[in-house]
Amino acid sequence: MTPYLLCLTLFAIGLYCVLRKRNLIKMIVGIIIAEYAVNLFFIMVAYRVQGRSPIYSPEARITNMVDALPQALVLTSIVIGLATTALLAAIAMRIYEKYKTFDITKIRELRG
Amino acid sequence: MSREHEQGMSIIVKTITRLTVGLILLYGIYIVSHGHLTPGGGFAGGVIIALSFVHLMLAYGKDIALHKMPRAASAFFEGTGALMFLAIALLGFTGGYFFLNFLPKGEPFRLFSAGIIPLCNIAISLKVGAGLFAIFVALTLLKVVSEKKK
Amino acid sequence: MVELYVLLVFMIVGAVVAIEVEDLLSSVIAVGAVGLGLSITFLTLKAPDVAITQLVVEILILIILIQATLKRDLPFSTSGRWYLNTIIAVVFIFTFLGIAAYCFRDLPEFGYPMLRVGREYLKEGLERSGAVNLVASVILDYRAFDTLGEATILFTAVIGVLTVVRRIGRKKVDEEVEED
Repeated sequence: MTPYLLCLTLFAIGLYCVLRKRNLIKMIVGIIIAEYAVNLFFIMVAYRVQGRSPIYSPEARITNMVDALPQALVLTSIVIGLATTALLAAIAMRIYEKYKTFDITKIRELRG
Repeated sequence: MSREHEQGMSIIVKTITRLTVGLILLYGIYIVSHGHLTPGGGFAGGVIIALSFVHLMLAYGKDIALHKMPRAASAFFEGTGALMFLAIALLGFTGGYFFLNFLPKGEPFRLFSAGIIPLCNIAISLKVGAGLFAIFVALTLLKVVSEKKK
Repeated sequence: MVELYVLLVFMIVGAVVAIEVEDLLSSVIAVGAVGLGLSITFLTLKAPDVAITQLVVEILILIILIQATLKRDLPFSTSGRWYLNTIIAVVFIFTFLGIAAYCFRDLPEFGYPMLRVGREYLKEGLERSGAVNLVASVILDYRAFDTLGEATILFTAVIGVLTVVRRIGRKKVDEEVEED
């Protein structure tokens, strides 16, 4: 129970950063931290006490392995997080070029 | 600072890059091709291959890096990787359904085993590597152009 | 599991540093430290595939973010109504944490998963797909549709970045770039 709560604290820190900060790059940092917390939660659900990684070895007989299905889902999720972050960074650079600032309270006009 | 950034970094960085960038590329290919035997797979290997080209670009500037892997070539590799993956999936129809593992399985722990899994790993690594290098080139060139206009 | 707790505390401290420091470059480097701690945590939880992927992806995220923020650190200032907004955000986050902790009582205890589909994959993975690495057999044989969807997402992201960055009038870009 305690590892789950610590993981949730990490997610709450990322959420607080998205809600309260005024700089675009800080918001991107908050989204990245929240993604890390969610991936960690998946792998924690799949852990088994005294388990072993789900790869066979040629000389030993393996009986207990940790769950392999959430690891496959998290592998996909990490690469999707990279794609999202790259797109966010491109949009942030474009906004800086047009408005000359990263402050979100000064980006208020919808120019054509 | 972007003008120096175009022509690369100091001589120490250039010498070390010349020694190690081939090893990084080879390591990425190793992780891709042994994806069904050891941890790794197509995604991690593809990102390592993209990182080797990014390393070349950061150390030598954009001219030499774009000479090694021009923009048209990276677009071609990305499309080829995606089409190869789809073709392997559609060929599963010969056995029964979409994505059927139709090649012979072989014995475990050998390099040529596990049906379509090594081929799918190679297709995915081409796609991921070329796509991420294209993203990085696009972001860097925007920075150069926007600062020259000032 | 002492090392798991130590790594989790290290990640939380790193995250707090990342969001509180004012300099943008320092906060990006702190995010890098959190990602590195996460990769070691994945190794402790016996997931080597995921650890390798997380490490190299985090390096690439660092490089892309530093390209975006280099020479552009602006000090940001908070003004007016600062106290009320912070109180509201903190109350909301504590409510969220409380409800989630109440829902977590339904989860099985840490380390004793209840797996049924997972047990089938672990038992029959080797003989039905021939791959020694069971995670590779799951992502490319049992659940290959998800991999196809992810390849599509990466393709869309590449097209999106190239569209956002493109300028109107491509001849001007080429002429300026070829000037020196």
